[in-house]
Amino acid sequence: MKKVTERLKRHAEHGKRWVIAVPTLWLMLFFALPFLIVLKIAFAESAIAIPPYTQLLTMADEAFDLHVYFGNFIFLSEDALYLTAYLNSLKMAAISTFLCLLIGYPMAYHIARAKPSTQTVLLLLILLPSWTSFLIRIYAWIGILKSNGILNNALMWLGVVDQPLTILNTNVAVYIGIVYAYLPFMILPLYANLVKHDHSLIEASQDLGARWLQSFWRITFPLSRNGIIAGSMLVFIPVVGEYVIPELLGGTNSLVIGKVLWQEFFNNRDWPLASSLALIMLLLLMLPIHFFRKYQEKEWEEGK
Amino acid sequence: MKPPIRFSSVMFWFGMAFLYLPMLSLVIYSFNSSRLVTVWAGWSTKWYGELFRDEGLMAAVWRSLEVAFWSANTAVCLGVLASVALTRFGRFRGRSMLHSLVAAPLVMPDVIIGLSLLLLFVSMTDVLGWPHQRGLFTIWIAHATFGTAYATVVISSRLKELDRSFVEAAMDLGATPVKAFVQVTLPIIMPALVSAWLLAFTLSLDDVVIASFVSGPGATTLPIEVFSSVRLGVSPKINALATLIILIVSLVTLVAWWLSRRKLKRDKFARS
Amino acid sequence: MIEPSLSRDGVDGHFLQIKSIVKTYDDVVAVNDVSLDIAKGDIFALLGASGSGKSTLLRMLAGFETPNSGKIILDGEDIVSLAPYRRPINMMFQSYALFPHMTVEQNIAYGLKQDRMPKAMIADKVVQMLRLVHMEKYAKRKPEQLSGGQRQRVALARSLAKSPKLLLLDEPMGALDKKLRNRMQLEVVDIIESVGVTCVMVTHDQEEAMTMANRIAIMEEGSIVQSGTPRDIYEAPNSLQAAEFIGSMNLFRGAIAVDAEDHAVIDSEEINNQLYVSYGVTTAIEDKHVVFAVRPEKTLISRDQPQGEYNWCRGVVHDIAYLGGHSVYHIRLDNGKILYSFMVNSDRFADQPTWEELVYVYWSDDSGLVLRP
Repeated sequence: MKKVTERLKRHAEHGKRWVIAVPTLWLMLFFALPFLIVLKIAFAESAIAIPPYTQLLTMADEAFDLHVYFGNFIFLSEDALYLTAYLNSLKMAAISTFLCLLIGYPMAYHIARAKPSTQTVLLLLILLPSWTSFLIRIYAWIGILKSNGILNNALMWLGVVDQPLTILNTNVAVYIGIVYAYLPFMILPLYANLVKHDHSLIEASQDLGARWLQSFWRITFPLSRNGIIAGSMLVFIPVVGEYVIPELLGGTNSLVIGKVLWQEFFNNRDWPLASSLALIMLLLLMLPIHFFRKYQEKEWEEGK
Repeated sequence: MKPPIRFSSVMFWFGMAFLYLPMLSLVIYSFNSSRLVTVWAGWSTKWYGELFRDEGLMAAVWRSLEVAFWSANTAVCLGVLASVALTRFGRFRGRSMLHSLVAAPLVMPDVIIGLSLLLLFVSMTDVLGWPHQRGLFTIWIAHATFGTAYATVVISSRLKELDRSFVEAAMDLGATPVKAFVQVTLPIIMPALVSAWLLAFTLSLDDVVIASFVSGPGATTLPIEVFSSVRLGVSPKINALATLIILIVSLVTLVAWWLSRRKLKRDKFARS
Repeated sequence: MIEPSLSRDGVDGHFLQIKSIVKTYDDVVAVNDVSLDIAKGDIFALLGASGSGKSTLLRMLAGFETPNSGKIILDGEDIVSLAPYRRPINMMFQSYALFPHMTVEQNIAYGLKQDRMPKAMIADKVVQMLRLVHMEKYAKRKPEQLSGGQRQRVALARSLAKSPKLLLLDEPMGALDKKLRNRMQLEVVDIIESVGVTCVMVTHDQEEAMTMANRIAIMEEGSIVQSGTPRDIYEAPNSLQAAEFIGSMNLFRGAIAVDAEDHAVIDSEEINNQLYVSYGVTTAIEDKHVVFAVRPEKTLISRDQPQGEYNWCRGVVHDIAYLGGHSVYHIRLDNGKILYSFMVNSDRFADQPTWEELVYVYWSDDSGLVLRP
């Protein structure tokens, strides 16, 4: 009897180990390991070869020869274009995060205050657009914002303007596109947070004579801090590396790091330089990602 | 409470208009007979015909669906395992690492994931001679990887709130832990598995950046195809395609919502 | 896996023996060296506040927790090393844990299916169980289509379907509202007794324990304070903890003045007279400090000064809680101490003492208890 149970226990331990190992190994191999390769190639030299870079380690005279090349980073620091691109990307991410918060917060608040059955419907309405194609939704804005597009036609018909406005291929168009695409990512965590609030807290504070705005600033807003952090990180981090929206709506005018990286990689075939760009972006995002991860872990541990 | 409700309601409906008007414009202009997308020249369904006659695009649709199907399957399987590990095993070595590996892909910019995965595949070919060629197979790996992260979030949040006594009751009645998981836990969390699968599926169908990096010759997916056509300017065919996608997504959502509501009502009726 | 064994409850009179069970979590001792003997057919209640270790003990019986040391012997077999799914024990969970994706029928059949019982036998057994809990009409319903009381009956049927040697109930009435609770307590006991299964239940509600169980163990901080029949525990608590846990008590701290074979006299500064009990306390130890305890319903109130020199005191009515069947009088003594006394409201409009009235509280010589502090 005892033997049987011991064997079963070993069996269970064995099973547990597999359950942990399979997803961990998959993600290690296809998510974490690639970053090490980016690190490696960022220190390689571009070459006309397949693959188009030099090897870091080479065998020469039966000894390893380590060849580390810092040229990519020197090159990046010397050309102001790259610095500008990084700064533009950060600025763009910060502003669009703020805009998303500004629009998303009242929307999330509205959903969280609705009847439970209505909440489901409203949430579905928020999510539905993001289940259709992201690319196609950005594409829709081209037709709207073009100089002879829907918006300009409407404005001219209304007599608001007599000359078509140039919106497409400007930063304004990029902001519209980003806010449009990332708004649901802001609303969802905010809603998830706000809906947990005990409404009686606000009622209590109003009972105590607080005006609505006051009770909002003193109670609801601070309590929803976790939701704000989560939503902001879900918008800010990916937007720093955004490529599709600036490419389609910003035209040649928008200089952002995602586009620069893409061009170095696909147009110039300079893989080491693209890797260096990615590496720096990764370093910039390390802190916000860590922040996000910690928040996630906290949410995970809660209510367990 | 009155004034704020009104303010947030106004913002809400303004936001909804912002989300839906562009999609509405796509639908309307897909029926425009003019090639110039913004000049209205009467109703027509000819672009739908052209869409279905475009063999390149249609082939890309099937390729994308295939990749999305297998990516979603893989993502849900890996997501179930990761969720069980994170929510059911308590503390174990490597738990914090698994957390990071699941959380980071959620926010990692696509260009970084795409570039790094491509470099991995190239190095693997270099060292191991495998994969010989990049294509749908490498796209599947890439999509399954970030799909796993999203699937884990959906599934683990459901598992976390699932009352442990269900599994304990099953074991108490004689089921081994594996049996209890298959016969009790999985059926109970099935809705979460379905939404995780759909999420991974739509994310895969939607990805253009990562696929552009890791795909190879002959493996153009629908988003890659759409992207290259969109870069050249607006095309009514794309409007027709967009309309079909919106239609399908709306129908699936509507049916899912209706089914869940009907169940809720039935249970309520039975109790009273 | 479990070999059908001959019933061996006759061997040493105990069907379930819990021997020196210890369970710790990190540094916290949840169950501290608990031993209990439970006879066949007993309905045994573990009564304690949350955190007393009663639930941990129950979960160790079910097999969800493994004790650090100790033995659990059920029908002559040590089951500590058995996995929960191999124990001949079934449990009714506090939340009932009815599988939401299965019908009532399927829920009840689940355990039988795990044993690979033939289909026809399963069907018979399910019908039999449904009849036992009066739920025949609801066989095809899903759990969310049932009311709270109905869910509990299904949960009970499910845990009895495998004819377990031991039935565990975890806070059986915890999920019901108060009115339904009283009805279901008796109904559940009827069903358990008609099946004749030995049962261990966990509850924090003393009334529930006393209604349902024929034996009770009070747990506090991981240890058993006292075990016995409900009457034993109420009338003869063996410690201050036990006395305070069940019902209410008037306590006087004092020291033994006279310690004879058939009576004892206690001096207390908390009362103006000496206290007298009509049994020997027989303290061999030097420490003369004791606590004298008397239950409120064993005291009487009068407007006239009682005869004798023991067991009475004087005070004013501080408060009256009218509860219908009886009233609880709060009497404030001269020294400020509050005494509780019950008065049965047998007459509709009797002339009873009222607020701020001077009264005397007294009790008979065999009503008091002497406890160690």
